[in-house]
Amino acid sequence: MYLNLPFIGAGLLMLIGIAIILMRKNLVKMIMGLSIVEAGVNLFLVASGYVDGGIPPIFTAAGDTVMVYPTVQAMTLTNIVIGIATTALLLSFVIIVYRRYGTADVDGMRRLRG
Amino acid sequence: MMDFLLAQAPALLLALPMLGAFLTPVLGRYSETGRNAWVVLVSFLTLVTATALAWVVYTTGTFVYTFGAVSPSLGIPADSGGIPIRILFAVDAMGAFMALSASIVGFAVVLYSLSSVRKLSGKDGYYALLLLLLVGIFGMVCTGDLFNLFVFLEINSLAGAALVAYRIDKGVAVEAGLKYAFISTLGGLMFLFAVGLLYAQYDSLNIAYIASQMAFTFPDKIALVLMIAALALKAGVVPMHFWTPDAYSMAPSSITAILVVASQAGLYGLFRVLFSLYGVTMDYVTVGWIVIILGILSMFIGVTMAIPQKDIKRLMAYHAVSQTGYMLLGVGVCLAVLGDATQMAAFGQTAMEGGIFHIINHAMYKGLLFLTAGAIFLHTGTRNLNKMGGLGHSMKWTMLFFIIGALAIAGIPPFSGFASKLMIYESVFAFSPILSIIAMVVSVLTLASFVKVFHAVFMGPKQPEFEGKGEVPTPMLAGMAILAILTIGFGIFPQQVVDILITPAADALINQGDYIASVLGGMIA
Repeated sequence: MYLNLPFIGAGLLMLIGIAIILMRKNLVKMIMGLSIVEAGVNLFLVASGYVDGGIPPIFTAAGDTVMVYPTVQAMTLTNIVIGIATTALLLSFVIIVYRRYGTADVDGMRRLRG
Repeated sequence: MMDFLLAQAPALLLALPMLGAFLTPVLGRYSETGRNAWVVLVSFLTLVTATALAWVVYTTGTFVYTFGAVSPSLGIPADSGGIPIRILFAVDAMGAFMALSASIVGFAVVLYSLSSVRKLSGKDGYYALLLLLLVGIFGMVCTGDLFNLFVFLEINSLAGAALVAYRIDKGVAVEAGLKYAFISTLGGLMFLFAVGLLYAQYDSLNIAYIASQMAFTFPDKIALVLMIAALALKAGVVPMHFWTPDAYSMAPSSITAILVVASQAGLYGLFRVLFSLYGVTMDYVTVGWIVIILGILSMFIGVTMAIPQKDIKRLMAYHAVSQTGYMLLGVGVCLAVLGDATQMAAFGQTAMEGGIFHIINHAMYKGLLFLTAGAIFLHTGTRNLNKMGGLGHSMKWTMLFFIIGALAIAGIPPFSGFASKLMIYESVFAFSPILSIIAMVVSVLTLASFVKVFHAVFMGPKQPEFEGKGEVPTPMLAGMAILAILTIGFGIFPQQVVDILITPAADALINQGDYIASVLGGMIA
């Protein structure tokens, strides 16, 4: 049972993130929500590669023991890097919008409509 | 030498624009002309590579390119027990077709940009991001690996969003870019979650391998729903279309033309997931109907939202949503009868071909229309239809290109839109007459909408405020001419185009077994 805890945690993180995106009106907080969703996905990926009692997947250190899955760890690292790029881009957009509109609130983001 | 280059074509297709993108700002520090020449050269070489790749794929079959292997064709290492471990590209006819279509539009857009963004600052970044956007598109349509698909999806979204916001325009363009980036990042994360679900079950990221093992368990269903949602969002399908009018109208027109192709890469991903990854193992009738309903909704809501628009690019953006519906309708009908051989032969195959033919036609004529909108904007400084008029006196070429694009999108013979729409009407009528009638009504509404635009922009007396401004510069006309010639060519010779380009692409998607066998080499466990 305790092996399922990371998955429950990942699901909770994703739900919390989506709830923040839906309920908060400040753009910076919405981007935080997006980062929390991303953390949830990352946790899910790493947890799915875990093998009970496994050691780090380094072949020189391996005896006859089982190892955890390395691919998901590489995927997580890639996603972290992508996440940084996305967050940086989104935050820089918010800076420009804040300067031009004088607000970082989604209710102010209504100049494009129809 | 030639053989060596051809053998590396899938890698070169990505390496060329990537190298081009990263060298562009360096060259831009020294010489503006040198940088422009470099960008044109790179986009031309990319077009040549895509053409060569398409030629190889269409003549010899699916091209499997494994990164880091002793020989690129060695998809499965000898000691792996039949499991492809390395990242590999599996370019089949459908992928090569999409890459070709994207590279043609990319080249036309680069030519057009030489003049259209001449007066703006930050052009180094503009060209670098444009080439990176192409990398994202090529990667999505070439890859045979799900995680790779996600990475290129993100490159596609990030470069696209940055380009949408390029002309800050009192912050409004940034607002559009912010919406686009936020939505597509959330979609990308959902896609990654789905990839994780599949990996956890099948211990592989390779599309062909997962497809060969597909059991359609409950997590597979969740993954399917997440993938359809994420990729349909990227393609701008109703009800996930809300970013499309904002992003398409606020981006520079040259970028909008390439964003259409970027969205189609999302559509390609959707078809790849539906046909190659899941195929007949899923409940294809239900999923097919879902795709059909999404298509009908896109067509109808897109066109009804387009009619009252006053902003020329916003209007065209809603038409882009509407046209995406036709592709979904054709492909959805094929999916709904995928397991039924008699119905497939009767109309399923034709529906699929019509949908795929419409992809390349749409890329050409919609790109052309957005480019003419950019020319009009350059001339008048406004996108508001009510403030234009009488431009036919001074912009004869632009008017001609607009007419070609508008007649093609409305499905009037002999332009390309007619050929693909006719295939869709005929085959969908055999499946369900009411769907076909809706598609025709939407086409009529499209024509009505473009007649209005034509009248507002080009007809009427000369306007004093636009006096003394002639035609747009030659590079812009050249970019538009490439797309216009293809639009006419595809309309005059539809049978040849379908036989040579479209049928192999449709077969590549329909025959899931061939795709799996081409990667796994017949070693299906």
